[in-house]
Amino acid sequence: MSRYDAIIIGAGHNGLTNAAYLAKAGLKVVVLEKNDYIGGAAVSREMEPGWIYSSCSYVCSMMRQAIHRDLDLARHGLILVPYLGTVNFGDGDERLFAYHDEDAADLELRRHSPHDADAMHRFQSDLTRYSQLIRKTLMRTPPDPTSFRLRDVREFIYLAKQFWSLGEQEVYEYIRFFTMSAAEYLDDYFENELIKGAMASPGIIGTALGVYSPGSAYILLHHVMGDVDGSIGAWGLARGGMGAISHSIASALQEFGGEIRTNAPVDKIRVQNGKSTGVVLENGDELDAAIVVSNLDAKRTFTQVMDKGDLPDGIYERAKNFKIRGSSGKVNIALSGLPKFTGVPDNPYLNRGGQGFTGSLETMERAYDCWKRGRWSDDPFIESVIPSVWDPTVAPAGKHWMSNFVQYCPPELADGPWTPEKRDAFGKTVIDKIERYSPGFSDLIVHMEVRTPHEIENEVGLTEGNIFQGELTIDQLFFNRPFPGYGQYRMPVKNLYMCGSSTHPGGGVSAVCGANAAREILLDLRRPNTVPEDDFYDE
Amino acid sequence: MSNPPTAEMFAGEQLKLSAFYPRAKVLNVRNAWASWNGYKFANYYYEPEYEYFCIRNQCATYDICAMQKYSIRGPDAETMLNRMVTRDITKFGSDRVGYTVWCTDAGRLIDDGTIFKFADDNYMLTCGAPMTAWLAKSAFGFDVEVKDITDELAGLSLQGPTSCAVLKKMGLAGIETAKPFDIRYFDFHGDRLMVSRTGFTGDLGYELWIDPALGVELWDDLYAAGADYGIQPFGEEATNMARLEAAFIMPGMEFNEALQTVHFEHDQTPFELDLGWLVDFKKPHFSGRQALLEEHRRGPKYTLTKLDIEGNRPAEDAHIYANKRCTKEVGYVTSAMWSPAVKANIALAMIRTEAIDGPLWAEIYYDKELRQYSRVARCTRKTKPFWTPARARATPPADY
Amino acid sequence: MSSVDSIIVGAGHNGLVCAAYLAQKGQRVIVLEAADEVGGLAGGREFHPGFRASIAHSISHFSTKIAAELKLASHGYTVTGESTPLIGLAAGRDPVIINGRDITGVGNDDRTAYAAYVDELEHYAKALAPAWTEIIPRIGSQRFSEVMTFAKIGLRLRRLGKQAMAEFLRVASLPARDLVDERFDDDLLKALLCWDGLIGSRMAPRSPNSAVLAMLYRMSEGNAGQHQIAAGGTSALVNALRAAAEAAGAEIRTGCSVENITIAGDTDGLSATGVRLRDGESLAADNVISAVDSKRTFLNLVGVQYLDIEFSNRIRRIRTDGLVGKLHLALDSLPEFRGVDAPNGRFIIADTMDAIEFAFDDSKYGRPSTDPVIECVIPSLNDPQAAPDGKHVLSAHVMYVPYRHKDGWSESTRTEIQNAAINAIERVAPKLRDSIVHAEFLTPADIESQYGATGGHWHHGEFAMDQMLMMRPTYGAAQYSTPIPGLFLASAGSHPGGDLVGAAGHNAAQAVLR
Repeated sequence: MSRYDAIIIGAGHNGLTNAAYLAKAGLKVVVLEKNDYIGGAAVSREMEPGWIYSSCSYVCSMMRQAIHRDLDLARHGLILVPYLGTVNFGDGDERLFAYHDEDAADLELRRHSPHDADAMHRFQSDLTRYSQLIRKTLMRTPPDPTSFRLRDVREFIYLAKQFWSLGEQEVYEYIRFFTMSAAEYLDDYFENELIKGAMASPGIIGTALGVYSPGSAYILLHHVMGDVDGSIGAWGLARGGMGAISHSIASALQEFGGEIRTNAPVDKIRVQNGKSTGVVLENGDELDAAIVVSNLDAKRTFTQVMDKGDLPDGIYERAKNFKIRGSSGKVNIALSGLPKFTGVPDNPYLNRGGQGFTGSLETMERAYDCWKRGRWSDDPFIESVIPSVWDPTVAPAGKHWMSNFVQYCPPELADGPWTPEKRDAFGKTVIDKIERYSPGFSDLIVHMEVRTPHEIENEVGLTEGNIFQGELTIDQLFFNRPFPGYGQYRMPVKNLYMCGSSTHPGGGVSAVCGANAAREILLDLRRPNTVPEDDFYDE
Repeated sequence: MSNPPTAEMFAGEQLKLSAFYPRAKVLNVRNAWASWNGYKFANYYYEPEYEYFCIRNQCATYDICAMQKYSIRGPDAETMLNRMVTRDITKFGSDRVGYTVWCTDAGRLIDDGTIFKFADDNYMLTCGAPMTAWLAKSAFGFDVEVKDITDELAGLSLQGPTSCAVLKKMGLAGIETAKPFDIRYFDFHGDRLMVSRTGFTGDLGYELWIDPALGVELWDDLYAAGADYGIQPFGEEATNMARLEAAFIMPGMEFNEALQTVHFEHDQTPFELDLGWLVDFKKPHFSGRQALLEEHRRGPKYTLTKLDIEGNRPAEDAHIYANKRCTKEVGYVTSAMWSPAVKANIALAMIRTEAIDGPLWAEIYYDKELRQYSRVARCTRKTKPFWTPARARATPPADY
Repeated sequence: MSSVDSIIVGAGHNGLVCAAYLAQKGQRVIVLEAADEVGGLAGGREFHPGFRASIAHSISHFSTKIAAELKLASHGYTVTGESTPLIGLAAGRDPVIINGRDITGVGNDDRTAYAAYVDELEHYAKALAPAWTEIIPRIGSQRFSEVMTFAKIGLRLRRLGKQAMAEFLRVASLPARDLVDERFDDDLLKALLCWDGLIGSRMAPRSPNSAVLAMLYRMSEGNAGQHQIAAGGTSALVNALRAAAEAAGAEIRTGCSVENITIAGDTDGLSATGVRLRDGESLAADNVISAVDSKRTFLNLVGVQYLDIEFSNRIRRIRTDGLVGKLHLALDSLPEFRGVDAPNGRFIIADTMDAIEFAFDDSKYGRPSTDPVIECVIPSLNDPQAAPDGKHVLSAHVMYVPYRHKDGWSESTRTEIQNAAINAIERVAPKLRDSIVHAEFLTPADIESQYGATGGHWHHGEFAMDQMLMMRPTYGAAQYSTPIPGLFLASAGSHPGGDLVGAAGHNAAQAVLR
């Protein structure tokens, strides 16, 4: 029986990051992974010979550059490349092309609405302002609002100062933004349905809300607050697939002396005298550790790998009520060639990025209505990317790999449990929609992987297949994440911590949760902090 | 993409071409193109300094097709505009032009521009950047039609001491009687040519407005008339030199449009830009009045100041200090250059208002053959624009 | 033209409250009301010969502080102390009846949970309650007393206890559905408990952020949030307020429509100087207090030319599209609700939270649901003037009826929703149709045209987090004063919001007197 300073459950990118920072501080750490591969939802595997699938997450913008730089991930093989040229498809023949070049972008918007082209400048400035503020809070532990401890009070003063630096008017505007629906917020700026649809789509990705649901404007921000090299809202691809992120962090971890065990599913977190003392693996092995860090979601942590009896009163119920709703599916496709889309100029730039099948706000909202009724959307919102256009490593030359993120798809169907037939029918709905915009698309399909929330939960371990490890609504954000009173990575059982996206700041391949948790653990252990500050970027 | 690239593949990304492009294309010998509001737009044509001296010594044309032009008509046109801008436009006469600015509720400058008054219910607003969304907001609640006529009205600016002579030679009878900011109309190839005595160079000059379909005809007639007067097209670079000598403000240099400003108070107010004369508090209400009034009572945080700087090294991007040791920073330079006309090292700088009357020093960085140097240069505050030729205001103007 | 101290535009209940307070302080006050009767949405109105109804039909939390200060009891408004039971009806099952802290029709677990639930929510509601009757200052305020207003709200929350405060900060933004899903099993009970978080707003059980705050707002007078139907109905309250205002010396003129608020401008800027009536008469006053909704106030009565551009656009963007239709039935006999002994209750007809949610979904695309969810009461049980002897009135709020119908509101679209609503009620009140003497359906568009409330919105603007507190109706006018000196706001469009509360009128009077 071996003894560790810390055991991290789950080799997703946050677990690996957490372990890397603990190992960097000299701790003896092991990361336990149930699958025979690492990466969690930041994973890439060869699902079809020659094709590397990033089965879950597919693009990246939130990865904090402070961590990227600090863990020297470039040396460990990571390079993030921004991709350009997304096309948004309207319900009919309308197309909206996203250009990186300012003039081209402006001309394109003017083609749809001169008013909106002008309004876009202000929208971008406003979003940038909000993003900059939120970003300041990312790599900081949320203060406890009920506490009078110096540390919490100081942190609140810091936050108040940041808020105040916006100027009074913008504080009000910020509150509005934070609480409104994406649709209503966009109505403040834009008049064109296609443009509004395209801009609203980040407001629903990964969430069980619709574009008309209050709170979706914040989720929009959550998706655009990331950046690639300071360009806010830009999205990047990891060369080699999203798994390259996990692998580079794993490599850093191993260089610091950390250990990773795959095929090591954890059965229980062992608790003795109100303290976690280690874990029991499903094969019966026990591992001792001074500290246990769960990178699993909050619901799974407290309802699956812990005994209710080991928890203080009320925690089990909290975990049970934790909102972690599966709302999205994923259809990953190996293609024998690059699909052509109707109404898109045949130039190499507009066919290099993504495709947003956004339609109008109403189309997206109706897709949500289906989810509420326990059905997958019959006219779903799809966000597609063809990374192989950029990345020669993920598909054979001349062939392509396409990632299709689909909303909405419920974790449970009204007409009974998911079956392989229903899964395939869901996949067909998606293919049919793409075929509408790309006749002949289905003939290009070499291999396809359809993942409903059911598959995502079973393979990755995300409860209900929720990609964020918990809804990003105010009741589960910041100091409320995962539960009130536990917003600082320490969990109700002593020596137990959480480091996954169920903690502040939430979902996205950012590595922040893992890093923040490491900082708190090292503080408790009175070890020097190894986690970098995130304030180097002057913006 | 196995096929060779064709222009059609990128058709949607092409910049718009101005009405004068067929001529400008040929004269843009250096292919020095940039863009402005989606139009292909010349940085310069032959050589910036040459073009600058054409403005100051003879005459030169500047393509302002890309300038945003909005027609504002209707019974409420005057009320709507008067509530939007800081000046009292009820005092403008018909067929007159007025320079003005407009602000957010907080009194931060959105843009500057000119208002052409044709009648009480008919105006044209011109400005450097698109204003569609703001005009829609401003027009809400009024019986007024706002229309973007940028692509329907071509504009060509003719600037320089011989410009009046050229227009007379072109046959615009009586143009010499037009006072600064007057508008005149002439028959032109069966259509109407509008001429306003306006410009952005601080010199004698006119702006000619015509149906884009007649753009080439206008160009040809003008260049035929101007052949003996040294007419030459000029681009952005020469404009920037001329306007700095005249101490005119430029977006992206002196001010950051308020609606696109990310950081709190990184935009400016009219008072900070030394444009207080445009703010008419006698007007009972206009958008931003309350905020501006409070600022006026308090005094602006910064004041745009005209500086004459010792030495010859342009103080581009220099910080301004109140002491030679450069420990008390009081501002920064927004635009700077060596002025060919007045032979001085001139600059516009935003300086904390409380410091403008004290000593001012600029810390200037420059290179000689790649080696970097810095020097601290004494600045003298000027109260008048650097270049103010009497001919710019004379009516009738002399022929050269 | 003689000048008074204050002119109040609109004799809705907030206008009357404001008038009474100002008159009590010795001001010369004139209240101008366009309609022939006072009370606005709370005022009674004959919809069929002998039958009267008002848009508002119950009182959830009229401020007891205001009732006491204005001595409403002596003017004929008495809180009976008896609450109207809240009754959830669904076809094919027993009703759920909530009476104060008693609950019947649900299992034991839910009964226990309900007691804890009411305790918890009342605890929060009590901490928030003082904030509804005070002026919420600007965030940027430098005045010590105003900064303390925020500190006091924070401290009151902290005094709930560490855990309760933390829990409040989570619960406050929950969708109604999650709040009750966490605590209860019974579908009908859950639908019933959601109701007061949603009614009057563009929200459904799954909508985050504002529903719980609406519930807590409605619970601010305690009483488990239970509504009351006063003897004499809402008219009793309105009449008492009128009497209180008049007793204090305020003059109330009905049938007196205001054309616009007169604004004077000179080199010192603008100021409100009075009003011009539709008949051409002008009245002058030091203060003009608008108790009509903020959109109408600024966009119609003042005019955008007197406002800053961003401000007027924020006013334009206030979400004021009403989403509740009103059904009035004149009945020749008392309806019988299945499984209910006494019909004196507030009946909610919504089987499940999904039923509410799905009815809402239709409205998002501009159509009322074919299966509407409904709240109804029989006002004639408490108000003898509501109907002739032996006859009755049924008053129903029908959710979710859009202000703008996709096909436009017409006789046929109105009849369609009216029939759908009657059908829905008949499912739980059989034979209802046989007793109908006359039916009237008011869409939000009808409410707007008849009562003047923009969008026909009860609350003069959505009660939503972005339109609350120091942002109601919008920053720049949220402290009852406006950018125009001499012009004040006093309607539900200002903090704290809608319902028969009186707080906006009360707070506005404080702002005027400041």
